[in-house]
Amino acid sequence: MAVTGGVLVLFLVAHMVGNLKIFMGAEDFNHYAHWLRTMGEPAVPYRTLLTVLEVGLVVAVVLHMWSAVSLARRARAARPVKYEAKKKSHAHGYATHTMRYGGVIILLFIIWHLLDLTFFVVNPKGGDASPYERVVADFAPERWYITLFYVVAVLLVGLHLWHGIWSAFQSLGLRSLRNEHTLRVLALTVSVVLTLGFLAVPLAVTFGWVS
Amino acid sequence: MKLTLRIWRQSSPAEKGRMVEYPVEDISPDASFLEMLDVLNEKLIADGEEPVAFDHDCREGICGMCSLVINGTPHGPERNTTTCQLHMRKFEDGEVIDVEPWRAKAFPVVKDLVVDRSPLDRIIQSGGYISAPTGTAPEAHSVPVPKADADRAFEAAECIGCGACVAACPNGSAALFLGAKVTHLGLMPQGQPERWDRVVNMLETHDDAGFGGCTNTGECSVACPKGISMDVISRLNGDMLKASVGGKKKR
Ligand code: HEM
Ligand code: FES
Repeated sequence: MAVTGGVLVLFLVAHMVGNLKIFMGAEDFNHYAHWLRTMGEPAVPYRTLLTVLEVGLVVAVVLHMWSAVSLARRARAARPVKYEAKKKSHAHGYATHTMRYGGVIILLFIIWHLLDLTFFVVNPKGGDASPYERVVADFAPERWYITLFYVVAVLLVGLHLWHGIWSAFQSLGLRSLRNEHTLRVLALTVSVVLTLGFLAVPLAVTFGWVS
Repeated sequence: MKLTLRIWRQSSPAEKGRMVEYPVEDISPDASFLEMLDVLNEKLIADGEEPVAFDHDCREGICGMCSLVINGTPHGPERNTTTCQLHMRKFEDGEVIDVEPWRAKAFPVVKDLVVDRSPLDRIIQSGGYISAPTGTAPEAHSVPVPKADADRAFEAAECIGCGACVAACPNGSAALFLGAKVTHLGLMPQGQPERWDRVVNMLETHDDAGFGGCTNTGECSVACPKGISMDVISRLNGDMLKASVGGKKKR
């Protein structure tokens, strides 16, 4: 969970930075999308590096899910008889309890998101438009429900990371009493920055700051 | 105090078991939770009924024998406290209190509130020891131990093996117990010879016993009557990685 999660966090950082390029204008953003596909040229053919990264991402996501499902199944088997009293949680709180169902919702979001901006099937502009036009069309004010869906998904990603980043250090044996505070602050900072960074684009389009 | 108890009754491992309601009266707020159950049992015996079976031994919070999930919380509402050290003044007069056994596949119910915790003993047998030469005790100062390590080892050694961490864990994992043992022995020079085999073997026994996997929810630490901190699990994971991926395990 920790290693694959770490790969996904690195992807999210890169993805967020890329998204923010939209604030530099249509040309810059489209140019960036083009560059993603021509990375490494002419040493490697068109779309080689991007494809490699995509395969890596799919592997990371699948392994991440596989670990989560096996842990959940082990948990179910480990307590065949449930408690009668209402379950009470005394520890860390909200983020920790959203990990499992939050993860499932994030997966559904990723599927939609890929159909939207990678395969263009559910995008209003479709494949003939530029990446910039597709994003702007996506989050148009009248499609507020799509924006809302993106916002909810990104908030869930934020919660997922808040617990997940800290938990990854613990799972890799890198947490101690001495660095506990630093790790909590790091996890919170990274999740807040990523959440705000991802929220900026859809909200900016909906409110007309990017058009 | 007047209370309504809802207690798990199960006459044998094979029987299905159910919650049974018992009203109790005239309970002193200064009675411990177990003393309150003693009062109930005396009444049940006088009425010719089967008393409620529950585990206990020292009744002073050091042996790890008492258990009970009280209103959904292992060892009840007071932090850093075993059930035997929990007093009735922590409850409201007239309260309804649910009393259940530890719930885990690895801890089958023997009778009523008594569960079989021997998987924890098997985990200890598979690595929770050190090899020490017998004979005269060596001069204490011949093996220097840094003060910080001695303190951390001592804190981890406070684990009384009650199993509350398992009862509290949403995954039914005994990772806090494992972590406490691995930390306690692994921080001391005497624990070094078996250090890498210990962690692998104890974890293997743990998984084979049917305990779940840790997802760092932190419920264990809060439930632990000795307040053992979750950083022992980080140490467990670190030692496990060094022993397996790092290839330090010898046998
Ligand atoms: C809400 C703000 C977001 C916006 C505006 C956004 C925008 C985009 C765009 C425009 C693409 C296509 C890039 C291209 O074709 O060159 C893309 C791809 C992708 N996005 Fe997002 N995204 C957002 C959030 C997220 C989040 C939170 C995740 C992960 C949980 C995510 C996962 C992905 C993945 C996996 C791809 C495919 C990458 C690839 O195929 O190379 N996105 N996104
Ligand atoms: S009876 Fe010994 S710890 Fe409670």
